[in-house]
Amino acid sequence: MGNADRKATSPREVSQAIALSRRNFLRTVTGAASAAAFFGPVAGRGMAAPKNRKAVVVTFGGGARDDETFMPDGQENIPHLLNELMPQATFLTNVVNKGILGHYVATASIVTGVYETFNNFAAVSPNNPTVFEYFRKDLKRPATDAWVVAPSNGFARIGESGNRQYGAGLGAGVILPKRLLSAALSSAADGARYQHLLRDNYETPLYAPTLAGRQIELDQMADVLKLSVDDFAAHARNLVSPDELSVYIARHLMRQLAPSLLWITLHDIDIAHSGTFSLYVDGIQRTDRLCAEIWQTIQKEPEYANKTTMFILPDFGRDSDIDSGGNGFQHHRTGDAVSRTTWMMVLGPEVKQNVVVDRGVESTDLIPTLGAYFGFDARLSTGKRIAEVV
Amino acid sequence: MLPEQLTAASFAAYPQEAREVATRELALLRRLPLAFLPLLLRELIVYDWKFPAERADLARQFQYLGKMTAEQFQAAMAAFVRLKLTRELEQIDWVNKPAIFSEQLSAHLWATHQIDSFRAAAVDYVQKATASGPDPAMPTHRLGIAAIGQGVAKNDYRLFRKLRPQGTYFTQVRAQGGMRVLLDAVAKRAAAHAAPYGHWYIEGGAAVAAGAGVTCISYEALAAPRATLQARMQKTYEAAVFDPEAFRTMLAQIKPEEAGLAGSGDAVLNRFELSLLTEGSGTQVFATTFVQWAAREALRRAQPVTLLTRYAPRQREKGMNELLAERERAPELDPRGSLIDADMGAYYTWLNQQRLPGDDRATFLAWFEDHGEALAIGPQMARGKQSDGPAELAELVARIA
Repeated sequence: MGNADRKATSPREVSQAIALSRRNFLRTVTGAASAAAFFGPVAGRGMAAPKNRKAVVVTFGGGARDDETFMPDGQENIPHLLNELMPQATFLTNVVNKGILGHYVATASIVTGVYETFNNFAAVSPNNPTVFEYFRKDLKRPATDAWVVAPSNGFARIGESGNRQYGAGLGAGVILPKRLLSAALSSAADGARYQHLLRDNYETPLYAPTLAGRQIELDQMADVLKLSVDDFAAHARNLVSPDELSVYIARHLMRQLAPSLLWITLHDIDIAHSGTFSLYVDGIQRTDRLCAEIWQTIQKEPEYANKTTMFILPDFGRDSDIDSGGNGFQHHRTGDAVSRTTWMMVLGPEVKQNVVVDRGVESTDLIPTLGAYFGFDARLSTGKRIAEVV
Repeated sequence: MLPEQLTAASFAAYPQEAREVATRELALLRRLPLAFLPLLLRELIVYDWKFPAERADLARQFQYLGKMTAEQFQAAMAAFVRLKLTRELEQIDWVNKPAIFSEQLSAHLWATHQIDSFRAAAVDYVQKATASGPDPAMPTHRLGIAAIGQGVAKNDYRLFRKLRPQGTYFTQVRAQGGMRVLLDAVAKRAAAHAAPYGHWYIEGGAAVAAGAGVTCISYEALAAPRATLQARMQKTYEAAVFDPEAFRTMLAQIKPEEAGLAGSGDAVLNRFELSLLTEGSGTQVFATTFVQWAAREALRRAQPVTLLTRYAPRQREKGMNELLAERERAPELDPRGSLIDADMGAYYTWLNQQRLPGDDRATFLAWFEDHGEALAIGPQMARGKQSDGPAELAELVARIA
């Protein structure tokens, strides 16, 4: 290799090459078949959805590249996805995020099905209705039926939009486990001691937005989750990372309230912003394990088993090694094809198993897909239903 | 304010040499579009503390733009002119605060889906400006060396996995006194091909004496400035209302002497060190990140012909359970994690080296410190090969130095 910059290759070509490489790799590993061979009965189900369906969405966040996941060098980091989940899943190899690559605004874009354009670090609600609002308003579901578990204060408003036709009172409940832990520890602990653990995010570690969402507070935890502050704090002492805490809380939610729509945003991977490759890889390995644990919980909980579809997708990737404008895995600032091109894994009793979908979709397509699954109309979303999974 | 309204007085607050360049190029600056000019000024405003290679690059850009006919100029700037900006951006004091402008421009371009157009325009401009003149003559071929894995006794991580296709992987390297061998090689090149900021040694721990003519920076020597900056950041964080913009402005306005960085008497180097700590992410906390980022920035900005990086163990990231269970105590080190960080860091350093002129002659050595594994890249080294025979580190270095 001479000059390290990739020349004369358009972002689209790079994107397609990535998808092709990943697809070929997955075929080798799993023997997965093309969706074209299976396309048919699942498609077109649409609005007549059974009422007891449930969905769990997990964002494989924040920001993992192919290099460290589905490419040959990365396969050692995702044994659970590859060996346990992939054989049961329909896998979309070419999911592109065309929006702003900041974690909150990108997650909000997935949640609304519209590329939101607000400041990633502002404490604002999404401008467009969220999936939770469509779900609850169209299907007349109670507040307890839609929940978000999110990593940082910056996500406090993710559950409810500023849209006048939806908005107030129609969104999801939001649980910010790190905030709960902070409150649980505040009486006895030295703040400085826990600051590192409870930092709000990895991208701007010194920024903690003002909270103004519908997140539950510590004094509500016992009522909502049937979990005492002491038990919660004690359990936290046995967990390695904030994402483990999020999954712990998600399990409690599933057991106590069994929401039909549960959104879990994982974020440990974003430690990559610190520039430490080994910690970034540790984050991927942990997220891989947690995804498998969530799926196992779905299979074990009677309220979820055999009626739940799980969607796993990264919010976006990270910068490529070859783009001189970035610093490889560390950030997601260049907007290059590698940072925009990701994947989606879908598992459930009604989903074709061990199938790879090659065609390109966008991350905003998830919400219309959930709409078709549940039977609501994501009328303001710019995305399109992914017919191969619903 | 718009570019055509610029006068010599607009640059009154610029440092002396930057002001002189701006005044000399005033007619050109006034013709540049607002989506482009502040980005050029962001480089110009710190001209007094630029490395020679950076000054030469700015001169080449001015020459490239200045030589164009009106039609060529219009074509070169067309993509920037087409970008839709806002009144708020025009009202920023972009002459004196070009970094703030560029941050807000970036946010605007992302929000309005113009970032891809901007990126394409910027890449095209840089490629054409770079190709417009000959590359500066190099006194010798470029050499990069990365010593990784200090303090690791046993390793099961497959090292040099990304570099192996580029060169020869040696498994039986004898390397007694290895760091001295590397430092001597750097000193020898510095003596033979003297050039200001042409030969660098970046150390993740405490630096070892490197010889005359070698620019040396180390993580340990910057302990006091790191502590000062972290204290400032913490203070800003604890303010009643945290303002991210004010925070960034505060960091951008810190002077080297305020961070305790004026001691060496080298204002250019002090500024560079300060930028590593204020602009780098993770460089204040993790020694491995510091070395990788410093190498990237040294190559990008100073374009040295010799660069030796040595990674030392970084502090260990504690799990949540440990943080909750333990009282405050001295940071522990993570040699194994640091080896993995450094392995990737060495790859990135090679990538960054290959982005510079003379990439076809450049050589590179990555060595697992005090162990037998090394990877050598260069025209004289076979690609994708493995050598299991004994080899002396000094001989390997001599072949590529």
